[in-house]
Amino acid sequence: MKSRLTFLLGCLVLASMQLALAQAGALRVPKTVEAGDALSIQSAGSGKAVLYVVGPGQVLRRNVQLGETTFFAPGVLHNAGHYLVVLVGASSTEDGAFDVTAARPAALSFLAKPSRLPVDLHDGISGVVYVFDAFQNLVLAPSEVSFQLSAIAGAVQTRTALTHNGVAWTKMNSAAKEGAAQFVARVGDAAGTRVIQQVPGNPCHLKMSARPSGQRLAVETEPVRDCSGNALPDGTIVTFRETYDGGESTVDVPLKRGIARTDMPAYGGARISVATGVFIGNEIRWGKER
Amino acid sequence: MSSIGRLLAVVIAVATVALIVVGTLWPIQSAIAMAGSGANLLRPSSSPQAAVEILASEIGQRAWETAYSSLANKNEFTESEFVRDLTGTYSSLRTYATLDRFDSRPLHASGDEAQIQLKLRWSTVVGTFLDTRTLRVVRTGDRWSVLWPIVKEPRVPPQVIPVNYLRWDVIYRGPEDDWGSQDVEAPHVRIVDMHPVDRSGGVVIMGELLNEDVVPAFVTVKATLLAKNGSAIATEDSFDKISHVLLPKQVTPFLIAFPNVALSEVDSVHMQPSASLIAASADPVIGIEDQHFNPAPGASLSGKLVNQSGQVVSVAHVLGTFYDKSGQLVWVADQFVDRALLPQIPVPFAMSLPADIAGKVTSERAITTTYSSGRFQ
Repeated sequence: MKSRLTFLLGCLVLASMQLALAQAGALRVPKTVEAGDALSIQSAGSGKAVLYVVGPGQVLRRNVQLGETTFFAPGVLHNAGHYLVVLVGASSTEDGAFDVTAARPAALSFLAKPSRLPVDLHDGISGVVYVFDAFQNLVLAPSEVSFQLSAIAGAVQTRTALTHNGVAWTKMNSAAKEGAAQFVARVGDAAGTRVIQQVPGNPCHLKMSARPSGQRLAVETEPVRDCSGNALPDGTIVTFRETYDGGESTVDVPLKRGIARTDMPAYGGARISVATGVFIGNEIRWGKER
Repeated sequence: MSSIGRLLAVVIAVATVALIVVGTLWPIQSAIAMAGSGANLLRPSSSPQAAVEILASEIGQRAWETAYSSLANKNEFTESEFVRDLTGTYSSLRTYATLDRFDSRPLHASGDEAQIQLKLRWSTVVGTFLDTRTLRVVRTGDRWSVLWPIVKEPRVPPQVIPVNYLRWDVIYRGPEDDWGSQDVEAPHVRIVDMHPVDRSGGVVIMGELLNEDVVPAFVTVKATLLAKNGSAIATEDSFDKISHVLLPKQVTPFLIAFPNVALSEVDSVHMQPSASLIAASADPVIGIEDQHFNPAPGASLSGKLVNQSGQVVSVAHVLGTFYDKSGQLVWVADQFVDRALLPQIPVPFAMSLPADIAGKVTSERAITTTYSSGRFQ
């Protein structure tokens, strides 16, 4: 095993030193082969020899008859990269080289970021596509990739981009309307789909009202919306704050069905304000001073 | 062995024996409480203070039966009510607390009656809390007995309270997914205020953190103090001086302490807020009512927590944010409430703050976080 490896490495060194000479010699090797295609290597002379094909992650060995053509069936060579060919005969050694290039695009890896973002954000969504052939080789030849972002409401955005070294990317705007958008990247017959959740942005309209509720005060917001008119999702915290002579009460209430409501102590002359996050809504003054 | 060595050995032996005798005859009360049995034998309740200390040590040993039987007013309540007064009816911090130590202070005394203040300092996983009781002690024959000021926890009548339960659950990407596959996006949080101050020979960094996303977040804030040459002086995080679960658009204060670091050594501060998605519930809703800022001396923020939901809250954590007249954050304080929060039953709280800070405070804001045992959040 050790001697075989030493021999192989020796052949590789020899091959790299005499590449030009070998190409001009009796070993006829194609310059490039597409991944998955058949390959034939023609040798000259007579007698028996051993043919080695050494490539990325793959070594092939064939016992050949010099002067004949050695065939490699389709699918045997599937890793893209630079390959060395070494023909070891009884009295001489020939070598050559060829490249295996990626086949036509057949698959893609699609990275879409972020998966959740506020509505109405310019260039807020980025899509990056890596194009691969059927053997998972990165396709370095330029390929046209189409990107399409479609939401339930709103216009469909479409972009096309050429791959550069196997990668294409684009940026899209989020729609003004909340909801899930389908982000599709397509190259040839291959396509990838990602879901982008477009969520309401910062609150823009926050208004509350108060009414007596027994001995207490019932405060309630109107539906809370962002600047595009989208209702903020349930669970968003709304803070009610009541200040009165020397005292204060606060309640953090989650929106439920678009509205936040709670009970607070009823103090005459109390000032009640409402806020969510850093956005402040209206303020009301309750009743008369005690 | 030289004569000096022999003398030293004798001195050590005598001192050891003397200390053992002193410790046995006049033990400190905390040691009695920790030692377990024997307190009654050591200090017969022949004085009001001794009666209180014996009772306190029995409470520390959880010798409920003995403690209850020694009370002068046990006809006013049952033993289980006495136990519930001290350990809580519902699961709370009190339930799992152990008596760390106690102090008693005579307030008033006459021939047959005395008044003594008993401070029970309970130890819990989130720190200690103080339970102060003013006890009347009366003479019965040649012994003194304590009249226990029972605090009966309110009970909520059995009922069904409908709740529109709002909850977020999260499904993350699986290990078999392609590397390009999407995962759920981490929540977006933002520090909206940050203020370092030099305090008590150390640096304190206070600030506020906003969850600006539409999903709940588990948040932490880490700060690194950097020297002029860019090297890190120290790194700390906010630990429990923060509300770790932030619902959408919720704001929490945070406080990070760097003891033994001078602010003059610090050139800049590197803040690292982090947030991850968690399953969370928007309930229970806790109202903070009748908040009052009580100025120095003994500056504090007091108020009442009112559980507006139907779920019993085992532990409530109140965080107070204090601002000066320009709206700048000047202090962050907190308190864990030792009693469970029952629906609609107010529970008082009071958090103290330093006297020098109290003079600057013109407004404050309080938030709560809660934990309910025996129920998923």
